[in-house]
Amino acid sequence: MEWGPASAGPRYSSNVTDFHARRAFLKAAVAAGAAWATADLLEVEDALAFASQQTSANLAVPTRALTPAQAEVVSALTSRILPAVDGRPGAVQAGALYFIDRALATFNAAQRAVYMEGIADLNRRAQAKVAGAAGFAALPPGQQDEVIREIEATPFFQAARLDTIVGTFALPSWGGNRDYMGWHLLGLEHQMTFQAPFGYYDADVNRRN
Amino acid sequence: MAPQSRPSARFRPSDVVDFVIVGSGAAGGIIAKELSTAGHTVVVLEQGPRLSERQFDHDEFGTFMRGHNINDPATQPHTFRATPQQTAQRRQVLVYGRLVGGSNAHFTGNFWRMRPSDFNEASRLGGVRGTGLVDWPITYEELEPYYTKAEWELGVSGEPGPFDPPRSRPYPMPPLPVKSSGVLFERGARALGLHPQPSQMAINSRTYNGRPACQHCGFCLIFMCEFRAKSTSMAVMLPLAEATGRCEVRPDSYVAQVEVGSDGRATGVTYFDTQKRMQRQRARAVVLCANGSETPRLLLNSASARFPQGLANSSGVVGKYLMFNTYFEVNAQFEQPLNEYKSVQNTRMVLDFYETDPKRGFYGGGGIDARFGKYPITFALEGLPRDAPTWGEGFARELARQFPRSMAFGCHGTSLPLETNSITLDPALKDAWGLPCIRTTYTDHPDDLKNASFLAGHATDIAHAAGALKVWSAPVIAQTLAVHLLGTCRMGNDPRTSVIDRYHRTHDVRNLFICDGSSMVSSSRGQPTETISALAFRAGEHIADFAKRGEI
Repeated sequence: MEWGPASAGPRYSSNVTDFHARRAFLKAAVAAGAAWATADLLEVEDALAFASQQTSANLAVPTRALTPAQAEVVSALTSRILPAVDGRPGAVQAGALYFIDRALATFNAAQRAVYMEGIADLNRRAQAKVAGAAGFAALPPGQQDEVIREIEATPFFQAARLDTIVGTFALPSWGGNRDYMGWHLLGLEHQMTFQAPFGYYDADVNRRN
Repeated sequence: MAPQSRPSARFRPSDVVDFVIVGSGAAGGIIAKELSTAGHTVVVLEQGPRLSERQFDHDEFGTFMRGHNINDPATQPHTFRATPQQTAQRRQVLVYGRLVGGSNAHFTGNFWRMRPSDFNEASRLGGVRGTGLVDWPITYEELEPYYTKAEWELGVSGEPGPFDPPRSRPYPMPPLPVKSSGVLFERGARALGLHPQPSQMAINSRTYNGRPACQHCGFCLIFMCEFRAKSTSMAVMLPLAEATGRCEVRPDSYVAQVEVGSDGRATGVTYFDTQKRMQRQRARAVVLCANGSETPRLLLNSASARFPQGLANSSGVVGKYLMFNTYFEVNAQFEQPLNEYKSVQNTRMVLDFYETDPKRGFYGGGGIDARFGKYPITFALEGLPRDAPTWGEGFARELARQFPRSMAFGCHGTSLPLETNSITLDPALKDAWGLPCIRTTYTDHPDDLKNASFLAGHATDIAHAAGALKVWSAPVIAQTLAVHLLGTCRMGNDPRTSVIDRYHRTHDVRNLFICDGSSMVSSSRGQPTETISALAFRAGEHIADFAKRGEI
């Protein structure tokens, strides 16, 4: 089955607002006589309207390749690979799990066995570490990290790390990066238009020009 | 504004059109425009789909990892070996744009002229032993009017640098606004006595011929421009060609062979349509613009009793002298945010090391530019230094802190033409259409890697002089990934040692022409697109003249 973009979800309205904000920004820029605003505004708006369609995010949906218990383990693992720190979202908030699950159900099906064994291994190690522990997901973060350090070099961990990164930073249409949270945590504003100055070091020269 | 004064022409494959052009990229689009505006009927066959601006996206995963809009290793696999002694293994080495507009549609926009020295370097240096470095059969002076034409007809932003070759007109647009990476680069380069200059880009810095200025969205490299601010064949040339009412761009048409009649003349091409049905487009002449890997493959796949080594290959040179250019990056982190994810890839560069200097002890030269070179996934995977954490809180903090504070110094260098570096047909592997696949044989010449290390060393110095907190780079090693596919049907005066003549006509077949990266005799300094574009304007003009004079 071909992996297609997700359809517009219930959160679409928030992105419509986002789109209107950018449109307002554009209009303001035209009024201010910004040099780039000599562009045909209709064309720019067309492109922005299209970009806004792409921001449709997926809310929690049932997993397809992973059982609920397995999904809990993978979610816990993604939370330690790319944790939420300093008030920023992490892989869990970005929904990397849903990318991983949908990939395992489709184009990444070849790695299902690696994941199944890896998940079972994490649970076994958790129980060996803490007698009576329900599994990896039930451990406190510090002990989860200890378990991860035991398996850091395994193909399963390498795959999970790659997939957590892709699930956090790939376009939301791939199942993760909900509401572009992954891009937000990098400080990347998702806009189709920017104006100079772009950063700290070009501020002076671009304000002069 | 797409100049749709007339509906685009539609031809039946059985119609004998004046020209069939294979490929719609930098060269194909320009030649289609030149020939159709000169009054000829033209069919452009493109293997990829035709996408509109609304279908473009910023899908890093889809493009880099799932083969969207590029040659797809699932249906078009190819094989690689470093040397002819090895058995080639399946591996994705060559990457090109697979859509109407070709690789030119997703290119970064760097638009460098070559210099007079590029055209006669072999005779000036006395050759480079063991390589196929030869002079071009044309000079810079002959190509200069077409460089100018390319800059004005397409639309280029820039200003001449201190080492630029002579030009007959200034740039049509001023440079794009400098980014933080450009400011830092300029600071570092000047401190070292170098001569930084604005990057010359085929991206609009203001409205140009009805197309808008760059909106600085930041997704140029390997993405198509939603605003048509990138001056490409797709945005500029193909609409002009179609507006003549004499040119049809036919997407989803995968060319299998060039057909030749009993008189040794090309009669058209066969291709697979979307349903994988074989079609035959008849034409009075054929122009191949399919890139430096697919053009030689097509000639080799067109072998016949009359042309047993492949079409237009009496020299045996088709597919040989493949050149990739070297590309390596030096990475740096700074104290304050640069926000390199915004705007075009690069705004400043140095060309101080462009010329070969025999005192260095190796052939080659190149340029260094200030850029980002990464998107979110690639940054998370390889944007932090080797000693940074790879998971956990430290990883999350470093990603968030360094993404806005990072930049790269792109080092673009020469490749020497070597007979053993080549495109051949894989003896076993077939693609999804049953055609023999490309087998690439490639090892960088030692001088290419010495030159790359030399450039990376200077880039490291510039980064330090710019005040970077941390500077690092991956080791310079033999390249196994290429987006510049050059040299495989080289131009020359001697039919025994070249494939096309100085006017892009194949030596062996009078009505078969080739113009794309394969035409190049030497590699340029790492940015070949403007040269390919200038060659295409020149070829289009000459081919139209030949047609007018009945010399095809």
